[in-house]
Amino acid sequence: MNQSSAIVDIQNLDYSVSNRPVFVGLDIRIQRGLITAVMGPSGTGKTTLLRLITGQVMADSGSIEVAGENLRALSRANLYVLRRRMGMLFQNGALLTDLSVFENVAFPLREHTDLPERLIRQLVLTKLQAVGLRGAAELMPAELSGGMARRVALARAIVMDPELLIYDEPFVGLDPISLGVILRLIRRLNDTLGITSIVVSHDVKEISAVADQVFLLSGGKVVAHGTPPELKFDTSETVKQFVGGLADGPVQFHFPAPDYFGELLSRSEDP
Amino acid sequence: MLRELWDSLNDALEALGAVIQFLLRLIVNTPRALMRFDLISQQIFNSGALSLVIIMLSGLFVGMVLGVQGYELLQRFGSEEALGEAAAIGLVKELGPVVTALLFAGRAGTALASELGLMRATDQISAMEMMAVDPIQRVVVPRFLGGVIAMPLLAAIFSVIGIYGAQLVGVQFMGVDAGSFWSQMRASVALSDINEGIVKSLIFGVACSLIAVYQGYYATPTAEGVGRATTYTVVTSAVVILFLDYLITAAFL
Repeated sequence: MNQSSAIVDIQNLDYSVSNRPVFVGLDIRIQRGLITAVMGPSGTGKTTLLRLITGQVMADSGSIEVAGENLRALSRANLYVLRRRMGMLFQNGALLTDLSVFENVAFPLREHTDLPERLIRQLVLTKLQAVGLRGAAELMPAELSGGMARRVALARAIVMDPELLIYDEPFVGLDPISLGVILRLIRRLNDTLGITSIVVSHDVKEISAVADQVFLLSGGKVVAHGTPPELKFDTSETVKQFVGGLADGPVQFHFPAPDYFGELLSRSEDP
Repeated sequence: MLRELWDSLNDALEALGAVIQFLLRLIVNTPRALMRFDLISQQIFNSGALSLVIIMLSGLFVGMVLGVQGYELLQRFGSEEALGEAAAIGLVKELGPVVTALLFAGRAGTALASELGLMRATDQISAMEMMAVDPIQRVVVPRFLGGVIAMPLLAAIFSVIGIYGAQLVGVQFMGVDAGSFWSQMRASVALSDINEGIVKSLIFGVACSLIAVYQGYYATPTAEGVGRATTYTVVTSAVVILFLDYLITAAFL
């Protein structure tokens, strides 16, 4: 893979939150045009990675380039310019609750463009049609189910025609039908719009169905990457544990704690 | 002991600095927010028009109490005709701005704080940042300006209704002469009294709105955090209003 084919290029990145290291020497290259999944156990910093890629938090050291721009050297104004080329789907949709579905999707257009009302209407209805919710245009966010809200948010994320579309845990709390709908939408939007998708998730089965390449994070670094079938036959202990859903392995079930019997037998006022 | 006192003084100064920094950010963003006055007028409606009922009812009752108490006091000296003057000065200079601000903090301030806090808790603020929309300019400044504009208007309405309430009790119920009630009021309320009331209500409007949007915008994004932000909004606003009231009154002497 050559330099120009990577839309996100992270090299030797360190990031810590209040002296607790989240990433140590992280290297990730995400290729254009593909659906890339970032997986890993809870608490490995998957969402933090998204916040780094979108410039919501800044790395301590190392380099992070998105669409050819070095995020750490970017001014706030230029960061906002770059963000117009990205779309992001938040876990719960994050729709603006005081605006209708139509106005939510129209929001980026109204903020960033001076398009005539007729054109805005056309664009919004096209995007709503793409997620199958043109009929819900006049509803308020509170009237939508979780899956519908996420599809509206998806329509909003693509309304500015981004190059990069980022999904934060898109499958959490969805019924099987909505889940299937979202899965197919991720694939279809990626291929028909010719964009790049990054999906953060820990749902192994769903991701395997849709992703072109997978990065598995654990303990602050990439422990494995490849296509879903490659990961399935990976022999490393962490990958086997995660893909197979096993309680025992390199990732401990127990949060670090003092000796069990010692703590049970100790006097309560003297823990 | 001394160490704790020093630490808490430090914390308080730090918090004050952060609030002032936030205010400067709001002011810097104000000119661009003014270009979209529709957003601000929506917030004037939310903070102002929706607070009208409570402000008008309270104004009426405060005025009526002033009428009863004032009449009771003044008739001891046989000068119940001065009721209009007493009620008007009390309302315009003091009770109008202060009581309105306290009610405003309880009605509009809490609404602002919880709305912004919930917007943060439900990722709406982050979503705006991701859509390259500055939430300070799009969400916070219009709400702040809406409150700043609404507050003096509400205080004026409060005072007017209050004077009517005093008149209702004094003239209609207690039998004070209507002519001397109004003429004494007109003769003795000076422009400087009105100015003092306007300055107070403007400053209280800035303080209340600033505290509310600051608490809401920086609320911890949890149910508990939003609740705490709302409580702090009312408590801090009340103390700050009364403290500022003393300062401004002293300055106008």
